[in-house]
Amino acid sequence: MLRTNLTHILSEQEHAKLLQENENVMVCCGRMGPMCIPVYEVMEELENEYPHVKFADMEFDIPDARVIRDLPECRNFAGLPFVVYYKNGKVVKATSSIQSRDQITSILDQYFGQEVKEPASK
Amino acid sequence: MNHYDAIIIGAGAAGLTAGIYLSRAKVKTLILNEGTVGGQMVLTHEIANYPGIESISGYELARNMKLQAQKFGAIIKSNIKITSFDLNANPKRFIVNGKDEYTSDVVIITTGGRSRTLGVPGENEFKGKGISYCATCDGDFFQGKEIIVVGGGNSALEEAVSLTKYASKVTIVHQFGHFQAFEHYVNEAKSNPKIDFIMESKIIEFIGDEKLRKVKIQHQQTGEVLEKDIDGVFIFIGYVPNTEMFEGILELNQYKEIVVDKNMATNIPGVYAAGDSIAKRYRQVTTAVGEGTVAALSAAEYLNKFEKAELVAEETNI
Repeated sequence: MLRTNLTHILSEQEHAKLLQENENVMVCCGRMGPMCIPVYEVMEELENEYPHVKFADMEFDIPDARVIRDLPECRNFAGLPFVVYYKNGKVVKATSSIQSRDQITSILDQYFGQEVKEPASK
Repeated sequence: MNHYDAIIIGAGAAGLTAGIYLSRAKVKTLILNEGTVGGQMVLTHEIANYPGIESISGYELARNMKLQAQKFGAIIKSNIKITSFDLNANPKRFIVNGKDEYTSDVVIITTGGRSRTLGVPGENEFKGKGISYCATCDGDFFQGKEIIVVGGGNSALEEAVSLTKYASKVTIVHQFGHFQAFEHYVNEAKSNPKIDFIMESKIIEFIGDEKLRKVKIQHQQTGEVLEKDIDGVFIFIGYVPNTEMFEGILELNQYKEIVVDKNMATNIPGVYAAGDSIAKRYRQVTTAVGEGTVAALSAAEYLNKFEKAELVAEETNI
């Protein structure tokens, strides 16, 4: 299991359940390596700022991580981590290798937007 | 009010060490960090020369230092952006993320460095799709494939040899006719049958579609351009100091490194610097830790002049 404070996806079933239960999902699939750790750290910090997005990680080397590794969107990736953004269960964006906070928030804003607050009841 | 006794800019080995020393001495300390806590330390899979610790990952060592600083009371704000600052003001002033103001009596700059990039067409486009800056992270994606390693220093030669575990062939492309690496790294690379060399040459363009397919390599003397099919390129061409924001404010040398004296003091009173952003010869975790210590003790001494002498001296015995 990855040593982060994020939700850990440990199986294909958990991955499917997470996508089913959450409209906006960002999954970082990697190792505890130099290019991955900065991404986990940014995700941990963004959890409070993007409450409408579910942030999770998945260990790259477990067999069930094929749900990420074998995605067509990741076909040409050759740099960890593989980061996949899902909306309503569908992949809307995937990135390979380290990403900065600005790059990540730019994708979150583009595909998931800002949180929509419910209007106060009268 | 967001006033601190000390603000440290950067949370690598030097910054965290300074944070540990100052906060333990009850100096109210804020660490502002634009990147990941741990800095270049996190880029190291295994550190085996940190005294007292036989072997530890860079991530673990950074995490321990961070927890130690926080335990003593240092506040760490990471992944922030310093949008403006004034080191000459009294107190010294920082605006973070365009809105939050923080002030302090003393500042320690430990902004470190970052991997140098080639800055040629295609480099950003194919990062993670054939271009990598980390052999231990991405080497196994190139099992049985042909790759290039760019660089001629210790890292480049050492990683080129380690990448032969995966790649069928490794070509080292280096801009000079000789290597800067230690002789034993050069000898090891030269005696490896999987390694070839293209000297006095630079990659001038990365070409591909959904992934990297080829590179253009130009000979520095003749200008001749060679187009080479390739599966991957690993770039190890050293580091640049993160000092752009201090240009014209702090004294920098020709390499844009901050000039400090033996007390880690810069040209501005009350502003100290330590770690990979300063002008020095050796860049190790241990040297950064030592400089962070000196900067913290010097800063504490400076704070004495601001009538915090009793408290600081009591805790640090200086």
